[in-house]
Amino acid sequence: MTKYHPLSELFKARLREFVREPETIFWVYAFPVLLAIGLGIAFRNRPAERVFVDVQQHVSAEEVAKSLRSKPDFVVAIHSKPECLDRLRLGKSALVVIPGDPYTFLFDPTRPESVLARQQVDDALQRAAGRKDPLPTADRHITEPGTRYIDFLIPGLLGMNLLAGSMWGVGYVIVDMRVRKLLKRFAATPMKRSHFLWSALGGRMAFMIPEVVVILGTGVLLFGFPIRGNIFAILFLSLLGAASFAGLGLLVACRAQKVETVSGLMNLIMMPMWLLSGVFFSPERFPDILQPFIKILPLTHFNYALRAVILEGASLSSQFWRLALIAAWGGISYFFTLRWFRWN
Amino acid sequence: MKSSSPAEPVISCRGLHKQYTGRGGSVNAVNGLDLEIRRGECFGLLGPNGAGKTTTIEIFEGLLRPTSGDVEVLGMRWGDNDNELRQRIGISLQETRFTERLTVIETLVLFRSFYRNGKNPADVMDAVGLREKAKSWIGKLSGGQRQRLAVACALVGDPSLLFLDEPTTGLDPQSRRQLWDVIRRLQQEGCTVLLTTHYMDEAERLCNRLAVIDHGKVIAMGSPGELISGLGGEHMIEFALANGTGALDDLFAGLPSVKEVRSDVNGIALTVSEPHIAIPALLGRLQSQKLELARLSTRQASLEDVFVGLTGRHLRDDEISSTE
Repeated sequence: MTKYHPLSELFKARLREFVREPETIFWVYAFPVLLAIGLGIAFRNRPAERVFVDVQQHVSAEEVAKSLRSKPDFVVAIHSKPECLDRLRLGKSALVVIPGDPYTFLFDPTRPESVLARQQVDDALQRAAGRKDPLPTADRHITEPGTRYIDFLIPGLLGMNLLAGSMWGVGYVIVDMRVRKLLKRFAATPMKRSHFLWSALGGRMAFMIPEVVVILGTGVLLFGFPIRGNIFAILFLSLLGAASFAGLGLLVACRAQKVETVSGLMNLIMMPMWLLSGVFFSPERFPDILQPFIKILPLTHFNYALRAVILEGASLSSQFWRLALIAAWGGISYFFTLRWFRWN
Repeated sequence: MKSSSPAEPVISCRGLHKQYTGRGGSVNAVNGLDLEIRRGECFGLLGPNGAGKTTTIEIFEGLLRPTSGDVEVLGMRWGDNDNELRQRIGISLQETRFTERLTVIETLVLFRSFYRNGKNPADVMDAVGLREKAKSWIGKLSGGQRQRLAVACALVGDPSLLFLDEPTTGLDPQSRRQLWDVIRRLQQEGCTVLLTTHYMDEAERLCNRLAVIDHGKVIAMGSPGELISGLGGEHMIEFALANGTGALDDLFAGLPSVKEVRSDVNGIALTVSEPHIAIPALLGRLQSQKLELARLSTRQASLEDVFVGLTGRHLRDDEISSTE
């Protein structure tokens, strides 16, 4: 008769359950890809913004308009005084030029594009009037892979997804089993408790690999995302992150008796990290008072380390302290899980 | 392996107490319970919801710790060598929901893998009549099939002692009978079974012996036949009067062969030993009192009557309305 090993049977059961659940497949694999595509398109590098400038009617209005139109970025129109004011108020123009002595610029200083337009229009008028710049300058635009928003975003999305996948795939799944009294039923068999916990962790590790491949692959294929780091270093880092986050998942699942409870706990843990840990924008943008808090979150360090490894080709050893902090979070979570876990 | 002689009880417990402390003070779910279950018998714990049956069986299963009392299962105690004990018992809990997207065979193989020795999952499927459902997802099974799967998961470790907590609750009559057949066959094969139920017919049909439990105590114990004959009469006469009952119990208490009189909103019930003597006497009494009969029936006494006789209450809350 065939001998069945409990660890491999538990692991197989977990894999089967996962792949037979189309909803989870969508949330784990398709959702981050759609998010990457959506945000990638929204923040793609657009051609330079056009500047809408109105010139108020005046004897020299036509002359002023002509000199401004020599710059291709400017869209220039001549209107009467009340029309100019209306258009400015409605945002149809960014700036009104009132020719005279002195030339007056009418704009709202709280609108960034108006402030920018004032500067550009002033420059153009001064040059048209014969100003010579003492220092010659030139512009060059950067659109190289590795410096765009999408390049910042993709590692962040991977971090976010590894956290969410670990919380749902471990924490929620275990509480659901407790609600179904299946944990209690398992506890009534000679099953080794550690086998069960290892299988939950092993399942998570197995689902993590396609996650990394799908998210990074989407970046590479659709956005020319550059992977400059060692692929094994990236995998190792993802493995460490997923394992540490799975520890958090186990921890929230220790005692929760209802799926509502565990959903709340998971959101309590995930939301601050999604917001603060540099998924969508750099954590340095937050006020100083939040920085000490941000610096203890595991996802912050995961995202920093992942960006360093992928985008800069940094070595794992250069990220040692970040890795140690991520591992410590996991270790502490497992320690308390073993103490607090309830089977019924 | 420790072998125990047939005389040695499979389960024995003395002075079992289980107290739950909650917001509304403490509740004694089990309140001084003594039991002995013998090898090879099917033993039933019969009682209404909340009587303490599940708490008792879960203490025997090692899932709950008693507040006090001594429990020995298969000659061992919980806390000494739990893994060894778990290898030898099979359990079907109330309301376990197995993973819906695993098949019957996958679930059985999973449970089989936890035991050192056990049965072939395919044979267990045959035993509970689930062979043709082997490759079906559990989500697609009926209530009765799921319950038989729960029993199959309990059997797959080839236990010498089987615990079934309310195995047929919520099932349709046909599914219940199928499950009864499974349990009867197991018992014939020599497996000791402890089951809880609040169905008197189930207890009567399946159990060699049973304990009637109420408020965490054993209030009667014996074979179904012994318990019923303990009523003093094995027949019930139930009747109702056309113009209500009133306080007429005394009118019938002295009739020949009548052991007990009980009345409720549905009518009056007499426990009698010899109906052929009691019925003519009853009809004579009614006629002399000018009381008109609305209905009259006789039947064999059941465990339900034992329970009502002991507690004045019915086993199930819906019992009164269903007899109308």
